[in-house]
Amino acid sequence: MNVIELDGVTIGIGGRSILADASFAIKRGEFIGVLGPNGAGKTTLMRAILGLLSPSAGSLRVFGRAPERGDPNIGYLPQVRTVVPDLRVRGFDFIASSVHGERWGVPSLTRADRAMIDKTLVAADARDLAGRPLSDMSGGERQRLLLAQALLGEPQLLLLDEPLISLDYRYQEAVIDLVRRFARERNITVLFSAHELNQLIGTIDRVLYLGNGHAALGTLAEVATAPVLSKLYGADIQVVHADGHIFVLSRGRDVERSDHVHDEGHDHDHHHGHHHHA
Amino acid sequence: MITTIITAITTMLEYDFMRNAFAAAGVAAVVSGLVGYFLVLRGQTFAGHALSHIGFAGATGAVLIGVASVWGLVGFTVAAGIGMGLLGERISGRDVAIGVVLALALGFGLLFLHYYTAFATQATALLFGNVLAVDRAMIGTLVGLGLITLGGLAAIMRPLIFASLQPELAEAKGVPLRFVSTAFLTVVALAVSECAQIVGILLVFSLMVGPPATAQRLVTGLWSGMALSAGLALAEAWFGIAIAYHTDWPVSFCIAMLSALGYFLSRGNFLPRQEQII
Repeated sequence: MNVIELDGVTIGIGGRSILADASFAIKRGEFIGVLGPNGAGKTTLMRAILGLLSPSAGSLRVFGRAPERGDPNIGYLPQVRTVVPDLRVRGFDFIASSVHGERWGVPSLTRADRAMIDKTLVAADARDLAGRPLSDMSGGERQRLLLAQALLGEPQLLLLDEPLISLDYRYQEAVIDLVRRFARERNITVLFSAHELNQLIGTIDRVLYLGNGHAALGTLAEVATAPVLSKLYGADIQVVHADGHIFVLSRGRDVERSDHVHDEGHDHDHHHGHHHHA
Repeated sequence: MITTIITAITTMLEYDFMRNAFAAAGVAAVVSGLVGYFLVLRGQTFAGHALSHIGFAGATGAVLIGVASVWGLVGFTVAAGIGMGLLGERISGRDVAIGVVLALALGFGLLFLHYYTAFATQATALLFGNVLAVDRAMIGTLVGLGLITLGGLAAIMRPLIFASLQPELAEAKGVPLRFVSTAFLTVVALAVSECAQIVGILLVFSLMVGPPATAQRLVTGLWSGMALSAGLALAEAWFGIAIAYHTDWPVSFCIAMLSALGYFLSRGNFLPRQEQII
């Protein structure tokens, strides 16, 4: 069964085509890494799947129907995450605000809602954050809490927009590990956007590269190649394989990470190779 | 000792104007504490301040045309609250707009005063409050306005909390951000009108910001925070009146002093921190 289906979809923002005539399908339970240069439309695609903007042409179907805003089957971690500085609200109340948060009236949680939140906090290794105010949490801890929130309510589809951004390396590993475990256990479809491909190798089933209005979905061997990526980046791209890692280079520079070079040897066995550092 | 206190309280309450003052301040304080909690949570205290200043023009204008000042205050603050809400969610840029409108409103207030020369004493009452002059009719007005304010707050509370804590996710889940923000500022406008009757336009912060900010330092739950905020506002208002009665200092000064005292005590290191990172 296809969870997401695009057929000749064009999405434009302000006269610029983010996606032009894109067609692909994502099956249930797939873990998809979403990559591409900044502004390639990773966030836009997720917003379209959420029903926040509609394609100007083509057909976009989510769970076999047109996307619906507020679909409870979708768990979402937005890329822009405004948190009021010095927010002295405890973790539990913070994520509980999203449970039926769109309903009018005074908030109330049933016993079942509380149990569900507790269960998800445990599953996301965020139980310890429930009683602490956000103002006292580190960036990694906040991310763990937000991830727990995206997992609330048994979603069938997870849209995680740059969940690794501004996290240090060990937290990045922990986040990937957590999402993989959670999704595999429940056969959840995941769209995981990131800046860097290497950390996701061994976790993702397929990769969706966006760029220049084009979309390329396939296995790493199919998509992470010089001809495909050159077209997407609109530049002469070289793909270098080294020690189980893939480097996407343009004129000798790493286009995904130009600031530092990934030089540690990591075990990417995705069954039991990782530990939680959280 | 206890009998002395009881005697002091009963003597104080023998006066009609004192009973009225306690009743009026009690109603306004609870409304201010509850609405103010969300004002602080959303980081919109400046908007509350601006609304009260705009209300000054409304109050002076109303008296000039022979209408009770409270209705001018309500009319202007509500109109301004709706206007500010419709201007949009973006805080940046909006603060400048608020500042400009605020100065203009105070200017208009001055103009209206200029044409109503016998108004000097009432201007002081408007700017700094005169709770000892409150009559029974005004208490009725305050109770009615208070019920409308709290009813409005209760109606939007759930999406308001969601939108305040996580605007991006709330939007994705179908919360109409613009509407919630505008409705909230209307509620704030009504609360400001209430509060200004007690402590005056220039000192609304003492009941609308001091107690909620103190409550958020002390507790991290939403409900406990709201309850503590309302309780602190009530205590500060009533103790303020009692201190004023015994010292002959202005009531608004006493309330402002207690409000500031509470806030700085809660910020101090000498109070045990509720939540330490374990």
